[in-house]
Amino acid sequence: MDLFEYQGKQYFARFDIPVSPGGAADTVDEAVEVANAAGFPVVVKAQVQVGGRGKAGGIKLANNVDEVRLHAGNILGMDIKGHVVKRLWVEHASDIAEEYYASYTLDRSAKKHLLMLSAQGGVDIEDVAAKDPTAIVKLHIDPVDGISEATARQAAVDARIPAKAVDGVAKILVQLYRCFTEGDCDLAEINPLILKPTGEVHALDAKVSLDNNASFRHPEWEEYRATEELDAREQLARTHDLQYIGLEGSVGIIANGAGLAMSTLDVVNQVGGQAANFLDIGGGANADVMAAALEVINFDQNVKSIFINIFGGITRGEEVAKGIVEAVGRVKLRAPMIIRLDGTNAEQGREILKNAGIPESILKSKPTMLEAAQAAVAIANGK
Amino acid sequence: MAIFVNQNTKVIVQGLTGGQGKYHGLRNKAYGTQVVGGVTPGKGGTDVEGIPVFNTVAEAVKATGADASFIAVPPKAASAAILEAAAVGIRFIVCITEGIPAQDEARVYNTLVRDYPNTRLLGPNCPGIISPGKCNIGITAGEIAELPSTSKKNVGIVSRSGTLTYQALYELKQRGIGVSTCVGIGGDPVPGTNFIDCLREFQADPETHAIIMIGEIGGSAEEEAADFIKANVTKPMSAYIAGVTAPPGKKMGHAGAIVSGGKGTAQGKMDALRAAGVKVGQNPTEAGTLMAEIIASLN
Repeated sequence: MDLFEYQGKQYFARFDIPVSPGGAADTVDEAVEVANAAGFPVVVKAQVQVGGRGKAGGIKLANNVDEVRLHAGNILGMDIKGHVVKRLWVEHASDIAEEYYASYTLDRSAKKHLLMLSAQGGVDIEDVAAKDPTAIVKLHIDPVDGISEATARQAAVDARIPAKAVDGVAKILVQLYRCFTEGDCDLAEINPLILKPTGEVHALDAKVSLDNNASFRHPEWEEYRATEELDAREQLARTHDLQYIGLEGSVGIIANGAGLAMSTLDVVNQVGGQAANFLDIGGGANADVMAAALEVINFDQNVKSIFINIFGGITRGEEVAKGIVEAVGRVKLRAPMIIRLDGTNAEQGREILKNAGIPESILKSKPTMLEAAQAAVAIANGK
Repeated sequence: MAIFVNQNTKVIVQGLTGGQGKYHGLRNKAYGTQVVGGVTPGKGGTDVEGIPVFNTVAEAVKATGADASFIAVPPKAASAAILEAAAVGIRFIVCITEGIPAQDEARVYNTLVRDYPNTRLLGPNCPGIISPGKCNIGITAGEIAELPSTSKKNVGIVSRSGTLTYQALYELKQRGIGVSTCVGIGGDPVPGTNFIDCLREFQADPETHAIIMIGEIGGSAEEEAADFIKANVTKPMSAYIAGVTAPPGKKMGHAGAIVSGGKGTAQGKMDALRAAGVKVGQNPTEAGTLMAEIIASLN
C-alpha cells in the first residue's frame, strides 16, 4: 500500500524523523487555517501518487493568505496525469542549503536490506544512477543486526555528505531504518533530505510503501486504507477480501493462485483476447469465496465472458463447484462462464456442476486451459 | 534418487491440529510419506488419527527421529515455528504459510544462514515438495505427479508458483513423463530456497535428466538462475514465465510478483533464459510440449 506524502510524513513523525510543520487540507479555507498555524511562507502541495507534481503546477509557494487561497483553489481539483487532486499538504517553507537522498528497501537478490544514500538529492535517483553511479552509496544491512549510528555516519561520509551535515544525516538514517523495519515498509524514501542554512537536517518529502502482509500488527494503518485510490470494482473486491486488479479487457478472470491467474491473463492474450481483471481467489477458497468472486466480476460492465481457471491444491474442486452453483442461484450473471477444473477433487466438482442443471449457455466446461481460453475469448470477441 | 526428500524422510507437522495442517498432513501420510508426529503447543499427548502430537518440536524430534518439518501455522506464528524447528536440528523445513511480513522473512532467512547453516527452508508461501512415490510434503495433490521411470528419462521441476507447479506436473503426467522431484519455492520476496539451490541439486541428481523451471514477474531470481544455468547446468531445460501481460507497478497476488521501474519483466526473464540455452514456452502447456520433445530425444 502506497502512502500519500502527508501520510508518509505523519508516519515518519511516529519514528521521530523531523518533518516541516504543516497539515492536510481538503478545502481552500482549511488550507488557510493550516498555513496560519504553520507560519508563512508556506508550500501548498497536491497530494497525488504520481511523479512530476511540481512540473504540473501542483506545488506552489505562498507568502500570504491571498496566495494560499489562489494556489489552493487552483490545485484542488487539478488533474495531474489522470489523478485528480482531492487533498493538499500545506507546510512551512524551509530554506534549503543542500539536498540529499536516502532510502531503504529490501534487496531481493542479496536477501538483505539496502540503504541508498546520495549527496545529490531533489532529483530523480534513477537519473543520478545513470549519470554518476559513484554518487550513490549502496550499503547492505543484515536484518538481524540492523544499522548502528557508527555505520550510518560512515555511510554519510562515504556518500560525500559535508561534515556539517553528517551527524544530522546519520541520526535520520537510524530513525528511518526503525521506520522501515518496525513500521513494516517495503520502501521508506526521503527525497530530498535537506540541510537548512541553520544546520538542521530534515525530511522535505516522504515516499512510503507499506507491506500489506504486516497489517495484522498495525491497526493504525486502517486510516490509510480509507484513502487508497481504488476503482469501484477494486473497492467491491476489497470488501470481499479478494486479490483483484481491474484491467481494461472483456474476459473476466477467476483463478486460484497468483501464478495461475497471471498465466491465465497471458493465455487469454495469446489467443487474441484481453482480460478484464486479475483475480486470485487464493488457496483454500470455498463456496462463499467463489460466489463473491463471481459477484465482483459481474459488477464489471465490460465483461462479456467469464473464464474460471482452477487447479486444485489447497483449493478443492467440489467447493469451487458449490460456489458456482450458489452464485448462479444468487446473482444473474451478465456473461456466460467457461470453466476449466483440475486437481484436488476435480472429478467431484465436475459431477456437482453436471448435476446442477445449469444450461450450457451459462456454463461450459473445457478440458484444458488453452481450449477454455479460446472459448472465452470467442464469446468476448462476439464470435 | 531424488532431491531434498525421499522415502527415508521423517516428517513432523507443526500445526497438525489446525485445519490446513490436519487436512494436508493426513493427505501426505496417505500418500506414503512418513508423517511421524505433529506439534501444537498445549496439545501434547493427544493424537490426530493415530499421529502423536507433541508440545514442542524438540519433544517430537526426540520421540520420532524426525528430520523434516511441514509448517502449516498462521503468519503471526510462522517465524517462531521456523526458528524453533531449526534450533533443534531439523534439516529440511517446508513452510506453506501465506502472508508472512517481508521484514520477518528477511530476519528469519538471515538468522538461518548465520546460526543454522545446515537447515534448508523451503518457502514460505510455497506448495511444498514431492518426490513422487517417495515423499510428499505440502499441499500438492500426489496423484497428479507421475512416478519416475527406471527405464526412461525423468524430469525435475522447480517453480515459483503453486498452481503452476501443479500445472507442470499435470502436463508431464498427461505425456507419461516421470518426475524425480518437484519443488515449489514460493512467490514471496525472500524465499528460503531459490532456483539456483534446486538447479544445483538437479544437476547432481542421477535420476534427473532434464529440468522444467517455472518463473514469474518480479525480482531477478530468473535472471540469476539463467547465469547459473549457463555456467553450471548441462541437463536440457524448458521454462515458462508467468506475467507477460501484467501491468507495471501492480502486485499480482504474490507479494514478490511486481514489475517495478521496468525491471522484473517476463520478457527480460525469457530473454535471459533463452540466452542460457533454455527452451522457453509461451504458456505452461507449451513448456510441457517442449519438455516432451527433449525427453523424446533423450530416450
